[in-house]
Amino acid sequence: MAGPGSTPFGTGVQRFTEPRARILRLDFLMLFGTLGLIVFSLVTLDTVTASDVPGSPDYFVSRQAVYAVVGLTLMIALAAIDYSRFRELRIGLYAGMIGLIVLVLAVAGATRGSRRWLELPFFRFQPSELGKVLLILALSAFIVDRLRRLPDRETTSRIMLLALLPTLLVMAQPDLGTSIVYVTIALALLFVAGTKWTHFAALGGLAVGAVTLVLVIAPAAGVPLLKGYQQDRLTAFLEKDNADPQSQGYQLNQAETAIGSGRKSGRGSDAATQTRLDFLPESRTDFVFAAVGEVYGFVGAGIVLSLYALLIWRSLRILTIAKNLYGALLAAGVGAMLMTQVFVNVGGNVGIMPITGIPLPLMSYGGSSVIVTLIALGLLQSVYVQAREAAASKSEALA
Amino acid sequence: MYLPTGDRRMVVTPQLALRVAILGGIALVLFAVIFFRLWYLQVLSGDKYLAEANDNRVREVKVEAPRGRIVDRNGTVLVDNRLALVVQVQPEQLPEDPVRRARVTRRLGRVLNRNPRALRRKIRREARQLPFSPVTLKTDVSLTTVLYLQENQSRFPGVEVERVFLRKYPHEAVGAHLFGQLGEVTEDQLDRPRYSGVALGDRVGQSGIELQYDRYLRGRNGASRIQVDARGLPKGELSVRDPRPGKRLRLSIDFGVQKAGQAALARYGKPGGFVAMDPRSGEVIGLGSNPSYDPNVFAKGISSAVYQRLQDPDNGAPLANRATQGLYPTGSTYKLITAVAGLESGLISPATVLFDGGSLTVGGVTFRNAGNVSHGAVALPRALQVSSDVYFYRVGLMADQKGGEVIQKWAGRLGLGHTTGIDLPGEGAGLVPTPEWRNRLFRRNLTERPWSSGDNVNLAVGQGDLQANPLQMAVAYSAVANGGRVVTPHIGLRVEDNEGRILQQIEPGARRRLDLSASTRNSIMQGLRAAANESGGTSTPVFEGFPITVAGKTGTAERGAQGDQSWYVVAAPYDDPRIVVAVTIERGGFGAEAAAPAARRILAAHFGIKGKKAIGTAGEAPD
Repeated sequence: MAGPGSTPFGTGVQRFTEPRARILRLDFLMLFGTLGLIVFSLVTLDTVTASDVPGSPDYFVSRQAVYAVVGLTLMIALAAIDYSRFRELRIGLYAGMIGLIVLVLAVAGATRGSRRWLELPFFRFQPSELGKVLLILALSAFIVDRLRRLPDRETTSRIMLLALLPTLLVMAQPDLGTSIVYVTIALALLFVAGTKWTHFAALGGLAVGAVTLVLVIAPAAGVPLLKGYQQDRLTAFLEKDNADPQSQGYQLNQAETAIGSGRKSGRGSDAATQTRLDFLPESRTDFVFAAVGEVYGFVGAGIVLSLYALLIWRSLRILTIAKNLYGALLAAGVGAMLMTQVFVNVGGNVGIMPITGIPLPLMSYGGSSVIVTLIALGLLQSVYVQAREAAASKSEALA
Repeated sequence: MYLPTGDRRMVVTPQLALRVAILGGIALVLFAVIFFRLWYLQVLSGDKYLAEANDNRVREVKVEAPRGRIVDRNGTVLVDNRLALVVQVQPEQLPEDPVRRARVTRRLGRVLNRNPRALRRKIRREARQLPFSPVTLKTDVSLTTVLYLQENQSRFPGVEVERVFLRKYPHEAVGAHLFGQLGEVTEDQLDRPRYSGVALGDRVGQSGIELQYDRYLRGRNGASRIQVDARGLPKGELSVRDPRPGKRLRLSIDFGVQKAGQAALARYGKPGGFVAMDPRSGEVIGLGSNPSYDPNVFAKGISSAVYQRLQDPDNGAPLANRATQGLYPTGSTYKLITAVAGLESGLISPATVLFDGGSLTVGGVTFRNAGNVSHGAVALPRALQVSSDVYFYRVGLMADQKGGEVIQKWAGRLGLGHTTGIDLPGEGAGLVPTPEWRNRLFRRNLTERPWSSGDNVNLAVGQGDLQANPLQMAVAYSAVANGGRVVTPHIGLRVEDNEGRILQQIEPGARRRLDLSASTRNSIMQGLRAAANESGGTSTPVFEGFPITVAGKTGTAERGAQGDQSWYVVAAPYDDPRIVVAVTIERGGFGAEAAAPAARRILAAHFGIKGKKAIGTAGEAPD
């Protein structure tokens, strides 16, 4: 641990302060949003999963609570340390991310299945989830490194290639949703760092070309790059009147029916038949928002969305007050990650976007997702804490 | 280069502020889109989606109402219900994979003793016709089989057991031709107002009494609204509408007479039919056909092989109801009609004496008495008593020469040549030959010769082209016996609730009144009485020792290669006839040989006569 004023990129603003005082400098609005979503998640899962495991109605709720406690602990711990130190570790973080994703692919290859997780003694660890945070940490650091050459085309393409490597690996798992999150994270980082508009226009053109290739040209040429169910997911929201319970269209229909039937104030836990009688598929993971909509109605769904809005607003706010560019980029990355996940998941639930299997941050059941989201929010808190301390020491110095 | 380097203090440049604002703007727009979508789904269309959610979870399950019982005039149950177990399968709950699906159907085939391939075909066909409804695989399964299926439910996915009501006929073949069968309601029937409240797949009466009185006998099915989960598994009952059982139908049939009639016919082992009817009201006391069958075989669905056998003429076509559908010449029993026609048209009077020399030649054809006997000079009563053919040949000839087709007209008035209107669907109209009818056939080259006087001579004694059935003959004899009322025969007496309280009296069709003079009735009745009681009467030996005086006429219809058909029609008691019995037995020989002894047994059953007096000795078929 470097002492005060001795960090390689410190400017002497970092100093030791009383630990008690440092804790008090957390962003309490963001903490409120975080805890609010966790509570909402536990209450909703209590309804949704009451009969999922015969004999133990609390199975999923108690597990989710444990994940939340672990995540919150990690969040506080991260908030207490200076995020700037992760910049040093950028190579290791990037390599670790790639290594973990490749490990999953290797294990999946050995068992000849589509697997996204590693079996750990206590839960299934999903490296692609942790990869989101690792990508934000590493990519932000690489951008900071090349800041002076940011207007160069080479910088943009290098950063995008560094982002595309894990993206393609995750896509191969196959996990389309998470790969979308990776790409948006990279784009948001470049955007905030100040990459030229022309570069974004070129990237946009490439993206359109790639999507056309994957969805139209390759299948037409007899080389389907997407698995059948992925194709279904992407197109199902366009054709909902499918009675086959296995089809994506049917699932979307049931999700819409669940949300709509909640009306203004919800049907309540016992009367929420779409959720309780399993008409709503995947109601504790992908479609947890639809369950909220049915049980708590427009009011409940509105509260959940408002809590996300609060988090996203805080991330943008923290971006602007960060003490250095690295912190600003971390805030941008975490904000982009939250935004993408919320919009893609909720958009899928309400039937205006394809379903891609992205969990709703903090709401969906799942240890990897909950813990990694809380780690990301811990980084955000750290950026906030560091900014507040820098401001405090500055005013101290002025005084 | 609008940003300071990473390790220096961040300054928010205007360009960074713009980019952050853009990010915030994007977030704002996306949130707005989702809020509007939620508003649309939950506030504007919420009621619609709530209804959809309820549609999802609520299934209506039919609760079958038992059909009403059918009882005889004394309350003896003729048609009852029993609960049966039915094995069904929900096609969409069978495994998708064809190999695993085939394994399930193979297992089912073994348990239900059915061909697995036939089961698969049936499931595929019915699932296409009526998706999402269960396919019935086997009706009336044993409890052991059901218990086995339930204990091994995991190996029989989608298989369920239903309880249904099946018809039960406790007396087996007795009355088999009356009741008719049930079947699923047809699309045509569903369109008719009489079948309102019946749903596709419900079983209704499709023939016989079951069809005629279906709207009383069928109840109203109840429904149970149950909550189901996404897999269709029941999760509790929401509400029930109780089924309303069908009403009880009381028939005018007397079980004892019905049984005796069928037994009397069966003794000869030849096809035939009988009708026993109250001549005053038209209430049918017994009506049957031989050979009969056990309708229980129909209750749970019948194989086509069994059905073929029941229709096979070589087997006696047990399904045919010869009492109402038979098309036979009636032989001398027709002489009653000729007599009425002759008397009422003034061709003869009761005292008119005609000479019976044993034969009569008309147009070069000689018509003879049976056995060539000569009865000498006879008047009407005597002619009926001894069944003088020549007497009636002469009346037939006179009628032909006078013109106006009086015999045909009176046959029609007395109920021949058209349906009687009995409440038993499917009766035959028969045929009374007229010059116009035969000449029309001749013009179309459907017969070898036009009408001649000989045809009328033949008709006068019930031979030739005449076609009638025992029911029509019973109506004609009833009209004479009751002094001129042509009754509409009926079997349904009244509709009752299950405690026997009368709900509705069944009104038969209006009876027609014929203007028969008393002398016509009396002279004919005297002749019929003599025929059964006095020496020389054609059926006197048959009714020897019978404690009640009857008035009856034998008939022997010549049917060429088919042999002689035995007929007997009788009214009893003579003074005040309360029952008319008409019997015919194909290939039964002379009327007194088969039909008359059978009629005696039926009368005995009706009047409660037992033992030796019931049976008599003459003309008995060898036991």
